[in-house]
This record gives sequence, structure tokens and C-alpha cells, in this order.
Amino acid sequence: MDIVIIGLLLGGTYALMAIGLQLQYGVARIMNLANGEFLIAGAFSTFWFYAATQASPLFALFLVAPVAFVLNWAIYRVLLQPLVRRAKSQGKLEVDSILATFGISFISVGILLAIFGGQYLDYAYLAQPIFIFGERYGLNRVVAFLASAALCTALYLWLHKTRAGLALRAVSVNPSASGLVAINVARTSALAFALGGAVTAVGGGLLSMFLTFDVSLGVVFTLKALVIVILGGVGDIRGTIVAAFILGFAETAVATLIDPGLTLAAAYVLFMIVLLARPEGLFGRRTA
Amino acid sequence: MSNFVFSAAEWRNLLICAGLFVLAAIVPLVADGYVLQITISIVMYTALATSWLLFSGPTNYIALSTAAFFGIGMYVTAGGIDLVPYPLLILASGIAGAVMAAIVGLATLRVAGVYFVIFSLGLAELVRQFMTWGQHVLGTMSGLYVTIDRTEPMYYWQLLLLTAAVFLVGWWIGRSRLGFALRIIGNDELVAVHCGINTARAKVVLFVISSAFASVAGAVVAPRWGYVEPGVAFNPFVSFQVVIMALLGGTHRLWGPLVGVIPFVLLWELISIAFPSQTTLLLGICFLLIVYVIPNGITGLIEDAWKRRGKAGGTAAGPVQSPVQQSPVRQKSQNA
Repeated sequence: MDIVIIGLLLGGTYALMAIGLQLQYGVARIMNLANGEFLIAGAFSTFWFYAATQASPLFALFLVAPVAFVLNWAIYRVLLQPLVRRAKSQGKLEVDSILATFGISFISVGILLAIFGGQYLDYAYLAQPIFIFGERYGLNRVVAFLASAALCTALYLWLHKTRAGLALRAVSVNPSASGLVAINVARTSALAFALGGAVTAVGGGLLSMFLTFDVSLGVVFTLKALVIVILGGVGDIRGTIVAAFILGFAETAVATLIDPGLTLAAAYVLFMIVLLARPEGLFGRRTA
Repeated sequence: MSNFVFSAAEWRNLLICAGLFVLAAIVPLVADGYVLQITISIVMYTALATSWLLFSGPTNYIALSTAAFFGIGMYVTAGGIDLVPYPLLILASGIAGAVMAAIVGLATLRVAGVYFVIFSLGLAELVRQFMTWGQHVLGTMSGLYVTIDRTEPMYYWQLLLLTAAVFLVGWWIGRSRLGFALRIIGNDELVAVHCGINTARAKVVLFVISSAFASVAGAVVAPRWGYVEPGVAFNPFVSFQVVIMALLGGTHRLWGPLVGVIPFVLLWELISIAFPSQTTLLLGICFLLIVYVIPNGITGLIEDAWKRRGKAGGTAAGPVQSPVQQSPVRQKSQNA
């Protein structure tokens, strides 16, 4: 029971960061290996905000989101769009964008190291127990889960009920055909990339309420988000959310039953199973 | 058997390479101390970057797993040093790396390349977690000592031999059917499939060869470091540096990485002395510079200059295209 509830709470928070990557990879077609660094940046900024003001970290998110949005917008416009234009094929773009975002991730780690230093950061917010079915859980986990669930719902509705969301989904299905029906593909991709970065950073802020972070963890979170996106199927938000819960359960189960040091291994086992059994993911479209 | 019939130009190239090898081999006789240390790291990274290129060059699949295989080689050596003679361990490291590469390759190389890149990115961290956990469960210390009687010049010669082996194998692959198949895969995987090439098998075989070399390099270097510990052996920085050196040199020629390794190792030496705390930031900047400014590497620049000179002299007949840029059909293959 413990595993189920903790896994659920963790998975719910993972869902948000993975949706961020989903927007960047599914819509903007950028396999962003610097995603985890933005998550860490979000987590650190939240920490810093809480240490400075003692106000609820949830308020920090209102600061983190717009900053991350603008930064990611700039990164896409300045660094990645030239690659999109230069690329002769999707394959070439993937290679270029992987290398470029890899470089960006190193630069981000360098900047974060310079600002925050290399130590572990954590803070105690709402570190009091809450009782669910007679078991104790951290209230901060529950609050983070609720905030994440609210944001996921809002994003889902925005994607499926508004015109802008429709444009995003159209680009995700077929960029060149979207151009034909008067969607500004470059703008929409930039929007998706920026929004994805903001969502990931907010996810980091929420995760920082109950996890301990240091700069080098960015890669691990990038990998977790990637595994979730691939497991759920590229281009499908429902799949991402389901996959996030699966990863949350798997990690919690491995951490409690075997060893907390093996959480990445849990993610990798899932990844292997997906690649062998269903490479297009749970909800993915099977390519011809 | 046409593989063993060489043209005059090939004989010439072979002789040049043999000459360079002999020249490189006498370095430890004239250099020592700091200079020898730098040349050792140049030779080590040449072996690693060239073996990386064997797979990633023709296929365009960026493998970020060098550190994982390098670390495995170190651990096999460290674990068996008191039980088995050292030359056997080098062989065992190669086999261990090959087996792991085969497993990873069979799982990830059958589907789109991007999954392989992601998988390889976390491989070092994954193996590190398993090693740490294994040592924890077994109750042993987290580090292992590797003590063996070797001098610096001996490491240098071992690494030089390894590098020569990598070059020979790479050269042989380039001439073989396998190498031809890989170039087709790199240009357009769909075409390769339609030509009847077993693309998955070709990719796995090459990945295994390339990774086995990285493991052997780890085995050779392990006793030089003396102490092997998960965080050091599986340091992901090694993978990134190998990729960046190979890209700097250019990935279209077997000797490309060599051209990248030498300036990069020297530059990195300067950087890590001058800005010891900003190395990550600077590595990122190097990455971006290479991707944006010299996407085809130094060899690409040299070849362009060569072509322009040829044109100016009036000898070039018609437009010359670089072999990697002609893939018009590929657009369809992954968008569908």
C-alpha cells in the first residue's frame, strides 16, 4: 500500500516534467538533452526563493515559469532554429539537436555550479505527516502531487480545447502539412519549446519540495523524462501521464524492495521492455 | 579475396602509416615526465575516439557510452588482477565489453537511432549504479587497488599498439562489405533495407567492435590509475570528451579523430589549469562551437580548402559533393 501511494504521488510529479519534454520533442521535434538542467534550475530557484522569503515554494513557481519560458524561447530562436533550417532531414536534425542541446546542458551545469555551488540542496517545507488509510506520508509530497495534477489538467484542457492547443497538436502530427493550413510552424514550435521548458522547470520546483538535488542530477532527470515520453508514446499526453505513474511505481517498488540506489536501473528496465515489445510506446502511433 | 589486393595508393598509405607508427613509438625515448603524460593521454584518446568513430562515423548514431565500456574494462582488470595474468585480463575486458555491447545493441539498434542515443547516454550511470549496489551487497569496499609493475613508456606503447589495432581494423572494415553496408545505412537506412542489407546486424556488429576497443583501453589504463572506484571508472566526462574530439576532427575520415584529439587534449590541458572550476561550462561552449561553426570538423575544412584549390587550378571536373550530404530520400523515412 505504501508503495502504491508513494508511487502515485511521485508519478504525478514526474508527469509534469515529462509533459515538458513531450512538448519539446513531440511538437518542436527537438530531442532536448538539456531538459534535466532546466528542471534543476527550477528546483534551485525554488530553494533560493524559499530560503530568501520563507513564503510557500508554490509562489516561487509563478516566478520560475515565466523566466524559464523566456529563456527557452530565446534558446529555441537563437540556437535551435538555425539547426531546424539547416537540417536536410529529420535524422540530421536529431543528430544536430542532440549535440547542440548536449552543449547547452553543459553550459547550464557550468552556470548553475557557478551560482549555487556543487553541494546538495534541500529545505524543509510542510515536512509534517499526513495520514492516508492510516499510513503516514509527507504533506509536501501530497501538495506537490496536487499542484502537478492541477497543472497537468490545465495543460491537457488547453491542448484539447483551444485553438492554440489545436495548432500545437497539428504541428506534432505533421509540421509540413500544418504549414499548408496556415499554421505558423516556426512560431508554434518555439511556443511549444518554451512552454515545455517552463513546465519542466515548474516540475523541478515541485520535486524540490520533497527531493534533494545537486547539479549533477540533471542528466538523470533528463533520462527519466525521456523514458516516460517514449514509454507513453511520442506525441500523446495521455500516454505520458500513464507512463509517469508506471515509472513512479517502478521506482518506488525498486527503492523500497531492493535498494534506493537502483532507481535509474528501474527506469532502464522499463525502457528495455518498451523497446523490445512496443517501440512506439503505449499510446504511440505505429509508424509505417 | 579482393580484400587483400592493394592498389599502389593503398601501399603508399600503408607505408606512410607504418612510418608514423614508428615515429610515434620512439617518443618515450626522447620525452619524459609531463610531455610523456600528455602524449599518453593523446594516444589514449586517439584510441577511444577512433574506436568511437568506427561505429558512429558511418552510421551517424551518436554513441555516448564510451565511459561505460571504458569503466567495465577497468573493473574487469581491477577485479581479476590477483587471480589471472594481466594479458588474459585485457582479452577478458574486451570480451566483457563486447558482450554488454551486444546486449545493448540488440535491444536498441533495431529501432530509431534516437533511442539508441538516449540509452547510451545513461549507460555509464546505470552500470555505475549496479557496481555500487553490487559492492554494497557483497560488502566489499567501494574501491579496488590495481598494482602491477609497469613504467610510463610501457603504458604508452601498449596504448599505441591498441591505437594501431583500431586503425587497422577500421581500415579493414572500410574495405569490407560490412563497411560498405554501413555507409549505405548512414546515407539512407531505408535504401539499405531495400538493398537487402541486414541493417540491425551490421550495426550491432560494429557497435560490438567499437565498444570492445573502449573496454580494452580501460583495461590498459587501469593499472596506471592504480585505484578503481565507480565514480572514477564510469565518469561520463570521458564519453563526452571522446565525442567532442571526434567531432572536432571530423567523422568522415578514419584519421579525423587524430586531427581532433591532438589540439583538444592540449587545449584542455591549458583550460583545466587556467580555469579548473569552469571546465563544464567551457566543454559546453566547445560543443556548441563545433556544432555551429565547423559541423564537418577539421578534416571537413581541409577537404573544402583542397577542393577550392583544385577548382582554382582548373582541374576539378564538375561539382563535387561530400558523401554525407546526399540523402534526399531520407526525409520520408522518419517523418511518416
